[in-house]
Amino acid sequence: MSEAMELSAAEIARRVNAGEVSAREVTDAALAQIDAVDDRLGAYLTRLHDLARVSAGRVDARIKAGEHLPLAGVPVAVKDNMCLAGTRTTCGSKMLEGWVAPYTATAVARLLDAGAVPVGKANMDEFAMGSSCENSALGKTCNPYDLGRVPGGSSGGSAAAVAAYEAAIGMGSDTGGSIREPAAFCNLVGFKPTYGRVSRYGLIAFASSLDQIGPLARSVEDAALAYDVMAGKDPMDSTSVDRPVEPAATALRSDLRGVRVGIVKQFGTQGLGPEIDSLYRRAYLDLEKLGATLVDVELPTAEYGLATYYLIAPAECSSNLARFDGVRYGLRVDGEDVGRMYERTRAEGFGPEVKRRILIGTYALSSGYYDAYYVKAQKARTMFGADFKRAFERCDLIASPAASSPAFAFDAKSDPYSMYMMDYYTIPISLAGLPALSVPCGYVLPEGSSRPMPMGLQLAAPLFGEAQLLAAANAYECATQHARQRRPEGAL
Amino acid sequence: MTQYEAVIGIECHVELKTKSKMFCACPNRFGGEPNAHVCPVCLALPGALPVANEEAILQVIRAGLAFGAEIPAFSKFDRKNYFYPDMPKDYQISQYDMPLAQGGVVRYWLDDGTTKECRLTRIHLEEDTGKSTHAGSGDGRIAHSSYSLVDFNRAGVPLMECVSEPDIRSAEEAVGFLDALKRTFVQLGVSDVKMEEGSLRCDANVSIRPVGSKDLGTKAEIKNMNSFRSVSRAIESEIARQIAVVAAGGRVVQETRGWDELAGTTHSMRSKEEAHDYRYFPDPDLVPIEVDRTVVERLRSLMADLPIARFERYRGSYGLGVAQATQLVDTPQLAEYFDSCVGAGGGGQQAANFVLGDLSRLANETQTPVWESSVAPQDLAELIGLVQSKTINSKIAKDLLLRMWNGGGSPKALVEHEGLAQTSDPGSVERFVDEVLAAHPKVVADYKAGKTNVMGFLVGQVMKQSRGKANPALAGELLAQKLG
Ligand SMILES: [Zn+2]
Repeated sequence: MSEAMELSAAEIARRVNAGEVSAREVTDAALAQIDAVDDRLGAYLTRLHDLARVSAGRVDARIKAGEHLPLAGVPVAVKDNMCLAGTRTTCGSKMLEGWVAPYTATAVARLLDAGAVPVGKANMDEFAMGSSCENSALGKTCNPYDLGRVPGGSSGGSAAAVAAYEAAIGMGSDTGGSIREPAAFCNLVGFKPTYGRVSRYGLIAFASSLDQIGPLARSVEDAALAYDVMAGKDPMDSTSVDRPVEPAATALRSDLRGVRVGIVKQFGTQGLGPEIDSLYRRAYLDLEKLGATLVDVELPTAEYGLATYYLIAPAECSSNLARFDGVRYGLRVDGEDVGRMYERTRAEGFGPEVKRRILIGTYALSSGYYDAYYVKAQKARTMFGADFKRAFERCDLIASPAASSPAFAFDAKSDPYSMYMMDYYTIPISLAGLPALSVPCGYVLPEGSSRPMPMGLQLAAPLFGEAQLLAAANAYECATQHARQRRPEGAL
Repeated sequence: MTQYEAVIGIECHVELKTKSKMFCACPNRFGGEPNAHVCPVCLALPGALPVANEEAILQVIRAGLAFGAEIPAFSKFDRKNYFYPDMPKDYQISQYDMPLAQGGVVRYWLDDGTTKECRLTRIHLEEDTGKSTHAGSGDGRIAHSSYSLVDFNRAGVPLMECVSEPDIRSAEEAVGFLDALKRTFVQLGVSDVKMEEGSLRCDANVSIRPVGSKDLGTKAEIKNMNSFRSVSRAIESEIARQIAVVAAGGRVVQETRGWDELAGTTHSMRSKEEAHDYRYFPDPDLVPIEVDRTVVERLRSLMADLPIARFERYRGSYGLGVAQATQLVDTPQLAEYFDSCVGAGGGGQQAANFVLGDLSRLANETQTPVWESSVAPQDLAELIGLVQSKTINSKIAKDLLLRMWNGGGSPKALVEHEGLAQTSDPGSVERFVDEVLAAHPKVVADYKAGKTNVMGFLVGQVMKQSRGKANPALAGELLAQKLG
């Protein structure tokens, strides 16, 4: 592997801006790394050799012309639910297997405009529904730390690509934990900004009121750098928030003095087994050592998070995914009449998890059930927001596990409910729209395995507290350096 | 035998005339090559998001204010979910329980001049669908077609839906109500309201009940009416059908019925049991609309005289007939022209006669609207003043109007410059009379022999001799004296 691929995004950008290395050279190194490892790893559904070289050439020309680009030459993996003009954009689904996007998502465009180079479209659970990437209809992605295990999901391809040095930044989307959980599984920093911070225009919707784009990176600094570029109001997305973005990359801290970190009673770790329990206790102590004050807080409604989420998200998805009907684009399976055509197209085009959620959502919105399910779930959602608001009166950040276990083996979670439980810690935060991230916090040995697997510490902040959140995560990361202790041997 | 009365409510969809579509930047334009005015948003490409058109929202608020509707401080968009090939998202963005306008009253008039009222339930905003062409099915419907083509130019065009309370009692009232909506929306400039072009579409909910009863009967929803005339015919036919059903001991069932223009009857399309469950829920892609009170008050203060107010003013203050008042109100620019003329002192009835008579004829002949012609309303008022003061006679007035139309200018100036003022001075008129009598001895003889109908000819000759300036009444008097 070329040494360039082990550089951070910040360092790549610095060197490309300084003319020490060209974007083209970095891009070639990334493409070589992809060709070397991705047949085994499966992080990408589409490799973008040609587009990447053209983009790199453009970046080099801009640098030569005297521009300074915050992400100059940084190879980026784009999750395959984000449109990038001229590239296949599949959502990991047979429904869109051959669909080429004619336009580019705002967040992707902002990254590219800042000098990033798209090297591939990354695998994902179909329509972002899943926590392991196993729901992709188009390919299998392995965890770079153990090829027999899942990379997490739904942004598993982006996570695996960044962990295996096939990109420096991964673009992910997080609805109930889809950035944070794969980040935890792949020893990365995965950051979900406040809902509305990053434009969703061009992100193929799963659940519109929850979906949020964010970066996956090998350091907090890199995540902050990418976030600073992609955040901000977009006139094409009414739900994007018109509020100044506090630059995060230049406000990183090295201590936590004066920061009150809430430990949530309902997010206890005893149930996760002694090894995991002690790992998180150590992580909380490390926060304290950095100067933070630990305070106990309560989120009385947290236990209803999953139930609420699995009504709202499917309800929205049942409507969002209606457009995949075979009429205008994507898969079409002919039938005797239009109704039969719809049925066959959707029966063949969608995988079982997508169908399950469409059915749940359709049911929840049906007349006679709407008040009992959808309306009640929305009320619960308001309560989560109020709960967090109350908790944040006593603390500045909330710390918890990012996932309830390390990466598991393929086919280990065969029933949907145990898979849904993976997102127990991330979902309430998503429902409240809060910014949160996962930062590496050590390793545990999964049962019957000799390969230690990474774990993630989740930190969450009040709405729009991105800069403070990233600053604190940086302090923890710099002091502990967990990610540096092991390399993704499985992939290298 | 029981007497029945009809109970009718109207739902109509009006395409708004905005620069761009409801949720994207595509032009809102009728016609064009198929699929020329489309983008990722109105084609519902994966990942595309709607952004609400503020112009359309303001137009609906103005429509609401015109009928005295309440404009709630808070409104939102909802998704109406159902699959159809010309609806790209397979849901329509509409408004379910929090429309932009609630309540209000439409006041309208009938041909005999009586005014009526119909309450509005609500006015809300939604988006139009594309247009399908189904081939191979014989009747142009999707069932049994071999293939279909879809044009999405219309998809996403803003659509305002107005729902009335069941306050209408006859086909004539229904048309009067629709006329009132049409006039008002045209005047507000929010829509062309052309039923034939599809910018106005309406459905009627029709039921019957024994006269005197306060209960509502079971209603049928009538669709596919494509002109005011077909609305009228369809409602009459449906009322007759329902009365016949009940008279034969049957019961009216709740259903949707289509109007068949050729057959002149309605036929069943689907029953209540087949009705969709639209699974409405708030659209999470759009933020709720907070309606700024100061904006509402500003729009209210800018609201011009509405058609019904105009109609009543024209009838009450100027005594215009129903036809003339209606004609003026139907063309807001003409009504404004008329108002300006009356405001400048041109008495109501005379102004109406000129505007709807000579001026409208000239407008037709020259294909120039009256309000864009070179006859300023103040000039017309001046002309009317000259006639009223008997400075000029009506023939001169007609000639002057033509010259004003062609060149413009003040009629007073023309009259003074060309000495066209009517002569009522007996001395000078008498001179003309004497000349005419001397020149036509045979006619004079005829008159004296009893052919008094030659008087008209003689007056005409006096007018001719005086180049139109002689007061014709005075000329007649003098002629009669001299022929004694
Ligand atoms: Zn468009």
